[in-house]
Amino acid sequence: MRDPLSSTIREIKPSGIRKFFDLVSEMEDAISLGVGEPDFDTPWHIRDEGIYSLERGRTFYTSNAGLKELKEEIANYLVRRIHVSYDYRDEVLVTVGGSEGIDVAMRAMLDPGDEVLIPQPSYVSYEPCAVLAGGKPVIIELKAENEFRLTPAELLEKITDRTKLLVLPFPNNPTGAIMEREDLEAIAKVIIEKDIFVLSDEIYSELSYKGEHVSITSIPGMWERTILINGFSKAYAMTGWRLGYACGPAEIIKQMTKIHQFAIMCAPTTSQYAAVEALRNGDEDVAMMREAYDQRRRYLVHAFKEMGLECFEPYGAFYIFPCIKEFGMSSEEFAARFLQEEKVAVVPGTAFGDCGEGFLRVSYAYSLDNLKIALGRLEDFIGRLRAEKA
Amino acid sequence: MREKILTYMERNSRVDLKDLAVMLGTDEVTIANEIADMEKEGVICGYHTLIDWDKTSSEKVTALIEVKVTPQRGLGFDKIAERIYNYPEVDCVYLISGGFDFMVMIEGKTMRGVAQFVSEKLSTQDSVLSTATHFILKKYKDHGSIMVHTAKDERILVTP
Repeated sequence: MRDPLSSTIREIKPSGIRKFFDLVSEMEDAISLGVGEPDFDTPWHIRDEGIYSLERGRTFYTSNAGLKELKEEIANYLVRRIHVSYDYRDEVLVTVGGSEGIDVAMRAMLDPGDEVLIPQPSYVSYEPCAVLAGGKPVIIELKAENEFRLTPAELLEKITDRTKLLVLPFPNNPTGAIMEREDLEAIAKVIIEKDIFVLSDEIYSELSYKGEHVSITSIPGMWERTILINGFSKAYAMTGWRLGYACGPAEIIKQMTKIHQFAIMCAPTTSQYAAVEALRNGDEDVAMMREAYDQRRRYLVHAFKEMGLECFEPYGAFYIFPCIKEFGMSSEEFAARFLQEEKVAVVPGTAFGDCGEGFLRVSYAYSLDNLKIALGRLEDFIGRLRAEKA
Repeated sequence: MREKILTYMERNSRVDLKDLAVMLGTDEVTIANEIADMEKEGVICGYHTLIDWDKTSSEKVTALIEVKVTPQRGLGFDKIAERIYNYPEVDCVYLISGGFDFMVMIEGKTMRGVAQFVSEKLSTQDSVLSTATHFILKKYKDHGSIMVHTAKDERILVTP
């Protein structure tokens, strides 16, 4: 029999997190700081609206790009929150999570051999999506001394004649880094000068703890060359609803909608109705959750400082990214031993790119009580490691 | 700062002040002083424990009593409320808008005990016109905590 698989897919490595997941699931009663989703339930009024839509029999397809009401609310929300306007009629596409938006945008924008700049450490799907779209991923290794922000020099260094697209993943998973207005203005200059496009994944935009989140789309000259990705998973604790959206210039959104139409048809109808409610009446829920994350963030930063664990203060998402280089072992070894000896799961930084070596992703999407137990064990563990070394 | 302290403590009064200070980005002394001031000013009126007595072997009954009264000249409702809330067995007294005047919550050991209180102590007050007693059969949620089931973390342990 012939090989049923494409060579492209064979060459794509499975997600580095997978291996670790297998380890964790074999371990009984492990506690975890390893999840990438909120610990809150979707606010009840939003769930209730989803249920109500089912009761009303709203179980049909919506139009390809999404419900009109939802697209309108998304456009309103973006004006309200990031002060950027999109025409809901042809500049908004409702997708199956932010993930689909990333995939579809790359497929709509890349020709074979086009280079895609991917700053790492970052979310696991940019690289494979770029490859599947025929593009060539070019990694920009972000540095701890810059608090994992992207600098114009780092960007410039990797731009070639074939560079088409820059992925901008801020607030960042796994580092918790953000880009402030000055940072964005500095790279925008390079982007415009070199005439490249941006895929700005702002799924954690609501979880920004140093003033208001600034979207690159609000920097002059950037709107027209940026696809903005956002969604409901993180802001409204709606991961399982699988709902996100992409916004951008009509000519790009139109082609993205074409792919979406053939591959997906439309995002889940129930989720879309629930999302309308989220955008209309969910601002307070978002603020409440943001405050809770922020409190835990301060708590963790403080705890790591007390333990003498090197770590920059993250201002976004719900991750903190401590450095473990002092222990002289790889991130994977550290995470595996920590799991075995203390039964706490954290994710090795290398799951998010090679330059995550020497770091761990610790999630604070957990209750304070849970965090305290885990931190107690971490303290014991690193105490033991330091004693071993001494 | 006050609002943040209160919002947190309303749900968890047992929080370690050192932890709370870290979480709110301030120091322990500031938190302790604010709390002491709020206690003095009566903003914080007490610290209680939320108990689901149904899960213990103790028998307790709780009743909500609607009370209609005639307000007294010059004293309004407050004087009547006082005569009611001074009874130690009374948990809550609210002045209510709508079909009746006071909502009184009372916790007793037995239904008979509650009934006795209503018929002997409450209904016999001069200004009380009528009462309607509702016994609570099941508490689903109290003070923001759901009592019928405990939440479990069902998330996959490691996700990107």
